[in-house]
This record gives sequence, C-alpha cells and structure tokens, in this order.
Amino acid sequence: MLRQKRFNEITLKFAMQAKKRYILLLFSCSLIIYGYLSGFRLKTELAQKIRREQLPSFATLEELYEAPSRQKRSPHATVKSCRMETCFDFSKCGDEPKVYVYPTDGPVSATYRKVLSVLRESRYATRDPNEACLFLPAVDTLDADPLSPEHIPDVAQRLSRLPHWKNGRNHIIFNLYAGTWPDYAENALGFDPGDAILARASASETIFRDGFDISLPLFHKEHPERGGAAPAATANPFPAPKRHLLAFKGKRYVHGIGSETRNSLWHLHDGNNLILVTTCRHGKSWKDLRDERCDEDNREYDKFDYEQLLANSTFCLVARGRRLGSYRFLEALAAGCVPVLLSNGWRLPFDERIDWRRAVIWADERLLLQVPELVRSVPPERILALRQQTQLLWQQYFSSIEKIVFTTVELLFERILAHRSSKQREALIWNASPGALGTLATYGDSRAHYPMGVAVPMAPPAPAPPPIPLPVPSVPSIAPPPTPGDTYTALLYVQATSPALHKLLANIASSEYCEKVVLVWDSERAAPTLKSLARMAGDDREPLPVVVIDATTHYPGEGVSARWQPLWAVPTAAVFSLDGDAPLLAEELDFAFRVWQHFPERIVGYPARSHYWDEAKDAWGYSSRWGGAYSMVLPGAALVHRAALALYGAGAPALRLAVRRARNCEDILLNCLVAHLTRRPPLKLAQRRRYKPPHHKYRSSWSDPEHFVQRQSCLNTFATAWGYMPLLRSVLRLDPILFKDPVSTLRKKYRKMELVTS
Amino acid sequence: MATETLLKTNKHSKYISYRKILYHRFFVGLLLFIVVSLVFTVLFNIYAGSSPRTEIYEPVSLDLVSLQVTKIKINAPYSAPRYTNCTYWSCFNVYKCGRGGHDKITIYIYPLREYRTEEDRLISQLSKEFYEILDTIRHSKYYTANPEEACLLVPSIDTLNQNTFSSKHVSQALQSLQYWNNGENHLIFNMLPGGAPNYETVVDLNTSKAIIAGSGFNTWTFRYGFDISIPLYSDVARGIDNTQPEQKNFLIISTQQNIPEDYLAELQNIASSSNDLLLLGNCKTESNRIDHTKRCEYTTGRIFNYPDILKEGMFCLVVRSARLTQSVLMDILASQCIPIIIADTIVLPFNSHVDWHRLSLYLPEDNIKNLLRIVHSVSKERRGELYWQLRWVYERYFATIEKITLTTLEILNEKVFPLAARMYEDWNMPEHLYGPVNPLFLPVTAPKSPGFTAVILTYDRVDSLFTLIKKLVRTPSLTKILVVWNNQKKPPPPSSDWPVINKPLKVIRTKENKLSNRFYPYDEIETECQLTIDDDIIMLTPDELEFGFDVWREFPDRIVGFPSRLHVWDNVTSSWKYHSEWTNQISMVLTGAAFHHKIWSWYYTYKMPVEIRTWVDDHFNCEDIAMNFLVANVTRKPPIKVTPRKKFKCPECTNTEMLSADARHMSQRSACINKFTKIYGHMALKAVEFRADPLQYRETNSGVPQLYPDIGSL
Repeated sequence: MLRQKRFNEITLKFAMQAKKRYILLLFSCSLIIYGYLSGFRLKTELAQKIRREQLPSFATLEELYEAPSRQKRSPHATVKSCRMETCFDFSKCGDEPKVYVYPTDGPVSATYRKVLSVLRESRYATRDPNEACLFLPAVDTLDADPLSPEHIPDVAQRLSRLPHWKNGRNHIIFNLYAGTWPDYAENALGFDPGDAILARASASETIFRDGFDISLPLFHKEHPERGGAAPAATANPFPAPKRHLLAFKGKRYVHGIGSETRNSLWHLHDGNNLILVTTCRHGKSWKDLRDERCDEDNREYDKFDYEQLLANSTFCLVARGRRLGSYRFLEALAAGCVPVLLSNGWRLPFDERIDWRRAVIWADERLLLQVPELVRSVPPERILALRQQTQLLWQQYFSSIEKIVFTTVELLFERILAHRSSKQREALIWNASPGALGTLATYGDSRAHYPMGVAVPMAPPAPAPPPIPLPVPSVPSIAPPPTPGDTYTALLYVQATSPALHKLLANIASSEYCEKVVLVWDSERAAPTLKSLARMAGDDREPLPVVVIDATTHYPGEGVSARWQPLWAVPTAAVFSLDGDAPLLAEELDFAFRVWQHFPERIVGYPARSHYWDEAKDAWGYSSRWGGAYSMVLPGAALVHRAALALYGAGAPALRLAVRRARNCEDILLNCLVAHLTRRPPLKLAQRRRYKPPHHKYRSSWSDPEHFVQRQSCLNTFATAWGYMPLLRSVLRLDPILFKDPVSTLRKKYRKMELVTS
Repeated sequence: MATETLLKTNKHSKYISYRKILYHRFFVGLLLFIVVSLVFTVLFNIYAGSSPRTEIYEPVSLDLVSLQVTKIKINAPYSAPRYTNCTYWSCFNVYKCGRGGHDKITIYIYPLREYRTEEDRLISQLSKEFYEILDTIRHSKYYTANPEEACLLVPSIDTLNQNTFSSKHVSQALQSLQYWNNGENHLIFNMLPGGAPNYETVVDLNTSKAIIAGSGFNTWTFRYGFDISIPLYSDVARGIDNTQPEQKNFLIISTQQNIPEDYLAELQNIASSSNDLLLLGNCKTESNRIDHTKRCEYTTGRIFNYPDILKEGMFCLVVRSARLTQSVLMDILASQCIPIIIADTIVLPFNSHVDWHRLSLYLPEDNIKNLLRIVHSVSKERRGELYWQLRWVYERYFATIEKITLTTLEILNEKVFPLAARMYEDWNMPEHLYGPVNPLFLPVTAPKSPGFTAVILTYDRVDSLFTLIKKLVRTPSLTKILVVWNNQKKPPPPSSDWPVINKPLKVIRTKENKLSNRFYPYDEIETECQLTIDDDIIMLTPDELEFGFDVWREFPDRIVGFPSRLHVWDNVTSSWKYHSEWTNQISMVLTGAAFHHKIWSWYYTYKMPVEIRTWVDDHFNCEDIAMNFLVANVTRKPPIKVTPRKKFKCPECTNTEMLSADARHMSQRSACINKFTKIYGHMALKAVEFRADPLQYRETNSGVPQLYPDIGSL
C-alpha cells in the first residue's frame, strides 16, 4: 500500500514537473511569437511614421511667396456681377454721406410715397444732387408684377431718363415684388438695374450680389410709416408656456411654383400642439382649381384665428409663398413668435449685419416632415433667447417703413465708411440694444465707446502716433472715451451769472469725480474768462480745468440746442448736464455719478417730470407735479452718456427745428430720444428738501404759464413725429443706502443730502 | 412483476416508436419550414436592398507603406465642371445626412490610393498637410467607415496645391470614384488655387457639385453658404510661440517680399516720409538664393530675423499678390500683430463664423495712401480688443491643420444641423475678456399683470408659515404661493389647518432636506418672477412687497430684495469678509426675501458649478450667497435693495446665545464668499451705494396720495 502510495506520489510529481515544463515551453513560445509579432508591428509602424515624415509639404515657400507674373493675364471671359469695389463710386461720398431723393413726377404707389417721404425728411437727405453720394429715384419700382394693381409701367424708360442715372451708379432701387405668374422669376424686374444697388425682398442666394445688394423684408401696405407698434411680447416667462408649439395659417396654391411646401403642411397638423392650417379659397377661380383636400382644409382653417395663433404659439412657420419672402416673417417677429423658416435659399433681411442665428430657426423644405421634431428639440433657454431677439430686432429695424428704409441707408453708409476709414460698427452693436439706428456709425470704433460694452485690457504700448492737432469746434475727430469711466465732465448751460452759478461752480470744484467743466455761455453779454476752478482749502488736487464756449459765436441761432453741441470738448463718457443755477451739492453730484456708472444708458438725475394722457384734450399732458410715478428726468441736473448727446446732435432735423423755434423743450426731446432708443425709463435720485415752493424752478421763464403750454405742445409734436409716445414711467427713486435711516449721520457717506437747506 | 412490465413496455414501444416517427417528421418539417423561410427572408431582403446592415465596414486605412496603385485610363471620362451657381439647397443632398444622429454629420473617406497615369506618372503628390487632414477626419467624431450612410465624402486625392496635381487626370480620377454621383456631397480641399498667369481664385478642377473648402476665394468664385473659405496654412506660423514683448517697437511692419510693384511704390512713399512704417523686403545676398529667415529694410538695408520681427509690430500688412490670400497672414496672427488686410473682394478664412472685424483692419486697395491716417485713428480701446483677440482666434481655429480641418467640419455640421450651431459669442468672444452672456438681454420693464409666485421654504415652523401666508395674500400682484416642505420626517399639516386664502396655494414635498430646493425651477412657478421668502419673514408689509415687485419689473435680470449684505476685503487676513453692519454699500441681497427671474433658479440648478451646489448642501448654508454670485457673475450687475433697513431677526431671541451663534455664522459665511470667489476665479460680486425707494418716500406730501404708503415702518 505504502509503496503504491509513494509511486503514486512520484508519478504525480513527475507529472507535475512535466506539466510545469510544458507550461514553461508554451509560455516562452508564445512570448517569442508575441515578440516577433509586436516587433513586426513596431517595424511597420516605424516605417509608416518615417513615410509620414517624408511626405513633402503641400507647397514650398517659393510657391507661397509667389509674386504676380509678368505674363499678360488673359482677359476674363465672363462678365462679373457688381461689387462695391467695381460698381460704386466712393469718391462722391464724404465723411457724412448724403442721399438725394429725386423730386416726384409721375405715378407713385402709397407705399413708395412713404419710402420717399421718410427719406426726404431724414438726416441723411440732401437737396443738392452734387453733394449726394447716393440717389433714390422717385420712380416706383416696388412692384414689378404687371398683373398687380400697384404696378407702375414704363419704369425702365423713366429710370434711364433720370439726370444722374449713369447706368444706375450710386443709385438705390427698392423692390418688393419681382416676376409674375407663372414662374415669378426673380430677375424679371421690368428694367435693367445696371450698377444700381438693389434693395429687394425675397432675394435668393443665387441671384443676390453678395456685399452689394440689400435684402429687404416683405411688408404690408398697412405697415406704419413711422413709429410702429412697441414690442408685444415683453414678458419672458421660462419655460415659455405657450398653448401651441408651432403654428401656421395661410393660403396654399394647389399647383405651380412654391406650392409643394404649403400643400404638404396638412401632414403635420395635429389640431393641438402643431396647428398648420391652409386654405385654397383665394383668387377668383379657386373652385375650378381645387383638389380633394380643399374642403377638409377649409374646415380646419376656419377653426383658428390668425392673431390668436401668433400670440399663443412658441414657433411660427414662415413658409415660402410664390416668392421666397412672405408677410408672415414680420408678423411672427412682431408677435414674438420664433420664425421657423421653410424657404430654401432665401437671403434674410439685412443679413449682411443682422445675425439671424439669434432669432430664427431654419428648417429645410426638403425635410418638411422633420419640422415637428426640429422644433421640439430646441432647448428652453434657447427659446427664451430667440424670443427676446425677435422683439429686439422687430423694434429696432422692422416696426415701421422708416426703420426699414433707415436700416438700408445705414447699411450702405457703413460700407462707405468702412471703405473710407476701415471702420464699421461691431456685429454686436447691430444685434443688441439699441442697435444700429440708435448709434452713430461715426461715433466710435469700439463697443466700449457706447453705453453697453465691456472694456478690454489695453494692448501693450507701441510707438505713439504723432499728437492729433487740437480739435476744432464742430469736428470731433478724437475717439470717444470708453464707458463708463471714473470721471465726468460738467457741461453747464449758462445764460447769466448769478450767485447760484458761483455756488454751483464751487460745489463742482469740490466734487470728487469731476474731470473738466465745459461752460456753454448763451448770452448777449461777453463770456466770462475762466481757465480753471480753484479747489477748496485743504484739497490738494490740481485746479479743475474749465472751457468756456460762447454759443452766440460758435453756434449762432441754435439757442438751447447749442447746450450739448460742444462734445468735442468733452473727454469723458459721462456728461453731467447742468443748468447754470442748479442747486446741487458736491455730494449730490458725486452720488449721481456713482449711480450713473451702473446705468450708463439712462438719464440719471434729479428734477423729474411726468407725462399723462389728457382725456379731455385728447392729447398728451405735461406735468411737473408727479405723484407716484415720473417719466422724464430733466437734464438741467442729470447725467447723460456722451453718445446719446451725439445722437441728439445728429437727430431728426424736423424735431431739432421745432426745438430751435420754441427755444424750449430740448430736455423733453432728449428724454424722448433716450427712452425711444433704450426702451427704459430714466432714473430719479433722492433730493434734499428745500424751503422753497413745491416745484422749484430752475429757470425764471418757467414760472410763466405760456412756457408750460409750449412744453405740452412739444410733447405732442414729438409723439406724432415718433408715431407713438416713447416715454416710459417709473415709480422708484434711488437713494443712498442709509438715506434717512435711524443711524448716526457719522456713519453715512452722503449725509448732507438729508439736511434741509434753503 | 418485472416481466409483466417489460411486456407492457414492449407492447407499448411499438406504439411509441410510431409516435416517435411522427414526432420526428413533424420536427423535420418544422425545421425545413424554418430554413426555407429563413432563406426566403434573406433573399427577399437582399433584393429589397435593406439587409447590408450585416456588412462590417473597416475604417479606412491610411497606411502609406503599401498603397494600392490605380491607373487612370487616357480616355476615362471627366467629371463635370464646377457648377458656379451651387447653393446648399440645390447641390447638396440633405437626405444623405442624419444617419449620425440629429446633430452630427457623418463623413466617409475614400481609401487612400496611388493614382497614376498610363505612363506611370503620379497624377497628384500626396502632401503632409493633406495626409493630416485625412487623418484628422478619420479620428474625428464625424467619421464613418460606411459610404452608404455618409453625409459627406472626401476623396483622398491631394488637391491642396494646384501645381502638384494634374487637373485633367484628377478630374478623371474623381469621376471614377465609386460614389461620385456628379460630386454630390463631396468635399474637396484646396489651399493654393490657380497658377500663372491668371491665378484663378478657385481651384482649377472639374469639381461638379462638390463643396470646395479652399483658400483664396474672391466674392465671385465663393458660393455663398456652400463653399467654405479656409486659411492658407503656414508652416512658419507653427514655430511662433505666444510670448510677447513688453513693448512694441514699430507701429506698422510690412515683411512681405511679393507686394505688387505699384502698391510697393505707394508703401515706399509712406515709409520714406514717416517712421511709423517699417517696410521690409528680401535681403540681397551674393548667391542668388533667397534666405527666407531674413528680411531687410528697403532704404537702410538693416537686417531683421523673420518671423521674429513680426512680434515687434503693433500692426502688420498683408497685401494681395499673385493670389488673394497670403500665408503671411497666419504668421502675423500667430505673432499677435494686428493684420491690416489689403486685398479687395477677398473672402477671409471662415468668414461665415469668425468675425474678422474683431481681429483685423481691412484697407481697400485704392486707399493705401491713407494707411497712416487710418491706423492713427484706431482708438486705444479697439486696439486692445483687436490685440487680445488675435492669438485666441489663431489658437482656436488656425494653429494646426487639425484645427483648420475640425473648424471646417464644424461649419459644415452647423449648415446641416442649424440647431447645433454655436452662437456668435461662442465663436468670437473669449469669455475671459467679455464674460458670459446674460440670458435676459431684452431691455424691457416686465409686465405687471402676470404677477409673481411666492416660494416659501419651510421645515416645521407652521405658525410662522401660516402668518406669513396670511400676510402675503394681501399683496395685490401675488399670483400663487408655493410652499416647499423640506421636512421628510413630518408631513405638512392637513389642508383643513391651512389658512383660507383667495390665491392658489400648492405644497411641494421634497425628497431631501436641502437648501437648494428653494431654487429648483418648479413647473408650478408659472410667472417669470418668483419671490423667494423664508417662513419667518413676517415683517414685510404688502406695500413693501408690491413695491419690491414693481422695482423688479424695472430690473428683471437682477435680484431685487430687502435685507442686504456686503463683502469687504480684509487686509489683515487677506481674504474676503462677510459684513452685515450698517454700511454705505451693498453687494448682496439675501434670498430670505427677494424677487428674481425664474431663469436664475434654472441656472442655479443646472448651470451653476456643481461644486458650489454641493458645498451649499453640505454646509446647509450660503445658498443666498451662491445665488448672488451666480447672478452677478452672469450679468455683471449688482443686486438692488429696496426700501430702508428693517430688523429681520426675531426680537425675542436672547442676546448672549445670539452673539456666539452670530460669530460662528459670520465666519462660515465669510468662508463661503472665499470659496465661491475661488471657484469663479474672480470676485463676481459688485457693490453699489444706492437702494430703491418709492418716489414719494419721506417727501412732503404735496396733496398727491402716496402710491406705497406703508413703507419703512418698523
């Protein structure tokens, strides 16, 4: 037994040894194979790498630095379409390009009459064709469809007869409808535009002369001439709680160009989330042309109200009609309904500068059935942004014919400016508030110059350009200062010296943030000679520099409008506009500036006024006795951004004329202008209490009732000119943090403001 | 017994075997049926063409060692010439896309081949750069090995340089591609188009309907919305590092050797009369070889090293020459010198997405004489903006072939899937310079009619909660009350116990007792404005709340609230300190009683750094500071405090306990401020010196009734 066991053990051991050996053998074998294989791979990899390294560069330096050959270029076989560089004469355009509108002779549609009139009354217009850079023919080219009642015939002949036509060079031609039934060809304008710039609706990518033509939105005959409705969708609920997701209500064409898209919409209609209803009930002979779906479509169509759909839907389908553009686009924008485009190849309005990615969603006509999925996949925060942008763009560029025409002109002027001085407004200025119509193209070259931008760190120093010669009055050649800055300039408007003026000047001198005083002297008497203001005793700063500008010699006949003209002398973005006798303390000046730094786009100041609708007179009323709300802060003692004042100076000539005639109301006009641009009310600050009559008068003329009536009529003039009342009300007042709090005055920074003085 | 059973089984077995056969037959029949039907299905599927899913596609091999040679026959058909009127809508087959999901295109690369003519000449020289392009696509997220599901197809024939391929033969090779289909959805890369003497601005090749990603386009040859303009890659630029001199020694530098003669004459004119322009050209050497690493000044012959000299310039010139685009543009960008581009009708690289106005000056060719005037008129703000943009853009989009390729693909992807598109700010505004984008950018006064929703966070203080609810409902603009019941151990009181009110009230029970629950964007909040309020804030009057709401309407993107706090820098500990004394400034309003837009709750829950949210929930504190940081960081605006200071602490609490608890509380709050500042990388809070009061607050009553009479009473 025992032996047997031992034998067993031995064999087992032997077997185990054999096993080990085999395993070892197997292991080493596999190692060798592995090593061989990996070595092979390494080798191929190495070879691969070497081959990669050996590949030549795509071009030698000689090829990259190739100079133009001396061989003759062969003449171009094809005629190239127009570009600004080839078809536009820049030499006629100065620093302030002007538009000449031809006098009207001949039939003109109502819409085109509006186009002509807004441009004629704008600040872009000139009456002298010799100083004009752009020309607008008074020939109605809006509707080129001979079947349309608005169509004006013989356009081609009348255009060529224009005295400055020259094959259309430097001319703008507006066109809303091109082509006619059945093919609606885009280039069927009825005339040859030649070198003229075409501002046209429904432009397609293929026909558009990129960087030369301008794409317009299609607008109704009823589109307001000026002003226009304020944005409808001011609420920004999140996520948007709309009843419908996507809506469309419109005609469909049973056959012919552009009919496929609308004809297939019924596939998507679900009666609840997606409302896509069409009708073929239009035109004279719809019953003859109708197809089998017509009756059912009409039934669904009548269930929904268009306005209601626009208001209650998150997205609105903007499907092409016969032409690429449709009225729906502007209607959707106005309603704050995010447009979903079904119009392949359409160049969107003003897409040269407007970034439509922020406001619309592109769908593809070829992928119609994917539209529901597309709109469902838009995340809620994107919807919020899209919606806000529709309102922004609608309000800034589209809500009236005036805005559409002005935007066209601004686009062109910016091209001219870019050509002359390599400057143009940033994309973000165009696509944010207050937009291109709310800023002057020539004002600055950085967003930091406007009351909206963030200043970026400076570039490292470079050799300084030679000092710019001292600015001459009226030509602001230096770049404006960035917003908001650490100091302000006091811009005083003085008609007579008085003890109040001396007191104010002393207070300005002890203000912490004042950098310079500009005193506009508007009086028959000789201007005082003042170079600087001495500081208070114990204040070791340099004396405050003062510039006195005699308005009667510099700006004769301007009257009160002259008070904001000398901006060339203002080196800061913050302008403290003051009446000569404004009773402000240094503390109040400083507090106002500290607040304004946070709201550079608004008027921030002390004297507040209000407007109200006077039912009895059916007109706007002006009130200095505000109750719980105010809508104006008078720039007799208020901070305003320099850019806003520059815009005031370049504003509508008719309104400024009204101010000049009235020798009054410049403050109301400024308030209207700023409110119109920013859509924000001004800000009133806390004020000392005074032992004075309840409404203190800054100017003696204010006590006379006629003055008051005049201001009332101004208000109404401005409201008519803008087409709506731009002023907005506010109920709040900004006070220093511890204002009148029950705490020791020693702890308060602004303590004198609480004292009652005379 | 046993035999009996045996017999039985025997007897049975006959029967059983018969059944077995039956079974057998049945199963064989079934099997046959299944096999036949399977065969039929497969056959049917093959005929219907829907089965090749079973095929396995190998990713394209970019092996260079053993390239397969393909001969192009001399009479092989040519591809059709370039369609000059192509648009995305007319030449691009969108039905091929969408297989990679709803936000991603798919790209196929043809196998790498060596194409040779019948005389055995290479028809195109494969270059390092083109290989890198293919390699990048191959490893990008867009790549697919399956040509059937590809949205874009890239022929692997090098067409980067017009001089290194035979236009005729490549056209034949393209036509021979298996999926060419008149160039539909194909992508052709090119960097140096045209040759002497015409120097066409688009690659001279029969590309049919293919998309061209090329450099050197002018506005006539570039098909808007279809082609993609890419930069002309420069190997020199790759070697330029991002160091910058403290000071720039030259205002304008021109280093280009190939400036056309008439423009050079104009520039020499400027250089001779002004020190602002350093005009450099080739150095004269004894041998006729040009040293590309040296440049010499025209007038004095001073020698400079290229490209090092570019870093010394504030502005650098790029002038059109034989071709519109010049590779020196990339050298200039990499050197952080602001380019002045002189090339009319040029289409700049990635112009549809990269805003070149933010990183260059564009000078029309007939305006060269005004060069100095234009450069001098650039304000220092713009100069700073341009300067800091350059290297950022260069490194993001232009630095390597890989980045150029990926940017090209991304632009194509955005065209096909516009919803996946990034916004202008993402493409062009470095966040370290301009900060994040405010989601509430429309300047409006929010409408009054929707009112606001009060969100009350409560644990178990039922009495105080009920008092608060009864007070709240007297505020006219209150629309709804939402009680967030944060106590999991105890259910909220039964509905019969709740005060009877005329506004809707809803109780939400949370799963965890977390402070962040108060900032969850509940679906029940249907108004844009929400009032976050603690259950013990019972001292606010309806007038104060209504006024607070009216103030919020005017500043809808800010937090508008009642109790305020300040952060101050402590020089001793060199850290931030939380301050709750009477101060002349405020930088936070506590969300114990504050109005804000609902979007901020959404931001708090989904967009705020997770680190902050976990910190808040771990410490059970500072959710209000986190909210103030969040809003101030996104909007760069301070909050607004309304109405005078009130006592917000409970008056009956004993003083000694309060003090110690207060000290601990304060140090914890300070720690929060320091922590959040570190996470954001900067102090996001902003301090202001003003608060909002009603217009008539503490004014002599001039006969007009007060709009908000009950304000500030203690």
